[in-house]
Amino acid sequence: MVVWILSGISLIYYLGSNIQSTFFQKYWFKFVVGFVVTLQIVSVSLLIGAILSLVIALARNSKQKIFAWPAYAYVYFFRGTPLIAQTFLIYYGAGSFRHELEAVGLWTFFREAWYCVILAFSLNTSAYQAEILRGAILNVPKGQWEGASALGLSRPVTFFKVILPQALMVALRPYGNEIILMIKGSAIASIVTIYDLMGETRRAYSRSYDFQAYIWAAVLYLLIVETLRRVWDKIEARLTRHLKR
Amino acid sequence: MNEILTLLSFGDEGWGDQIARGVLVTVSLAVVTLPFGLVLGFFIALAKNSSEPSLKLASNIYTTIFRGLPELLTLFLVFYGLQIGLQLALKLMGFEVAIEVNSFAAGVVALSVVFSSYASEAFLSAFRGIPQGQYEGGYALGLSKTQTLGLVVLPQLIRLALPALGNLWLILLKDTALVSVIGLEDLLRMSGIAARVTKEPFLFFGLACLIYLVLAMLSSTGLVRIERWSKRGDVSK
Repeated sequence: MVVWILSGISLIYYLGSNIQSTFFQKYWFKFVVGFVVTLQIVSVSLLIGAILSLVIALARNSKQKIFAWPAYAYVYFFRGTPLIAQTFLIYYGAGSFRHELEAVGLWTFFREAWYCVILAFSLNTSAYQAEILRGAILNVPKGQWEGASALGLSRPVTFFKVILPQALMVALRPYGNEIILMIKGSAIASIVTIYDLMGETRRAYSRSYDFQAYIWAAVLYLLIVETLRRVWDKIEARLTRHLKR
Repeated sequence: MNEILTLLSFGDEGWGDQIARGVLVTVSLAVVTLPFGLVLGFFIALAKNSSEPSLKLASNIYTTIFRGLPELLTLFLVFYGLQIGLQLALKLMGFEVAIEVNSFAAGVVALSVVFSSYASEAFLSAFRGIPQGQYEGGYALGLSKTQTLGLVVLPQLIRLALPALGNLWLILLKDTALVSVIGLEDLLRMSGIAARVTKEPFLFFGLACLIYLVLAMLSSTGLVRIERWSKRGDVSK
């Protein structure tokens, strides 16, 4: 404990004494820009992933094997391989199909690291989100389906108005974890030339050889993750207040 | 098709042997990290479970930090931090040498720190699953505190924590890919080199993904076996 207090104090002192330093003056704006880029990547991928995951989860739950099997393979592939390998596969691998992609006019899309990263992250998170959603949908008691069909509701209406809201309530906590995983995973974007928070940090370090670049990045990442975790706890407590006894 | 087979073959023409070596590095990194992570995680769980509030807070800070930081950033912090730290320490002792930290060692340190912070949570929830009576029974038999912990609690703890630890192992296996960024010649880096030289990036990165997938499959079958083995006492009930 003493170690933590001491290192905490020295960290604050270290950061405080460095606010006036040339490093901070020179790079603080870059860090802010990188921070925003990280948030952009994460939010865009999470949104696209959420939409995709709905389709995948439905296919995975479907009784038709033609739908269920590919969805299972998709989820297994994206959950079983490292995100960094998937990003490389899309970003560098697209080069193998340059002529084909040029023919369909998609080459401009795959040439940009930004789009590749968004694509890779969206596909990755959609697989994880699909599993969360599937588990949550299975968790809704069968009586809810039966009750809705007894009321004469069609299956799509039942799904969107009765099942999904209840499933999302259960899925709230895993979703929070997935967002945090995504924020942490987004650091990988820096390796394929994106200047997100991590990318700006690496650039600042390679120019200044000043280790405080990484310390500032660590503080910023911890700040996002901890804030998100706390906000998420509040949201969850608020949304599930009717379940409390 | 034949060209692809040549590229993947072993020997001078193909990249098979380089990639096989990469797989070996990846697997050995994960295997070396595992015991460090487990032991560290166990002690942190003990600290969290202790009645000493300062110890509890300290271990909670540890997990908050290393679960909140991106693994990649932890890796860089360790890699450059160790280098600078060691250099400073040696400078104080009067040596002026440039130190290059081995990327394998940095990978082991960073990954075990991350692994241990997750593992401590797994152990902690397993600790909660062990009834108080087990401790009391141990003390009643005249066992000391450490004996009770080692002989009575630990064997049950492992069984309870095994599913969560299995998941962590799969995550660890995937996280090893990050160490290629600091120059470790693991599976991903080897495929990257092969991709650049042969100009067949999709083939080699696709192959790397498939190998990771196979490693994950092999581990899950292994984990199922270990779990069954750990539950062998339940069958006779």
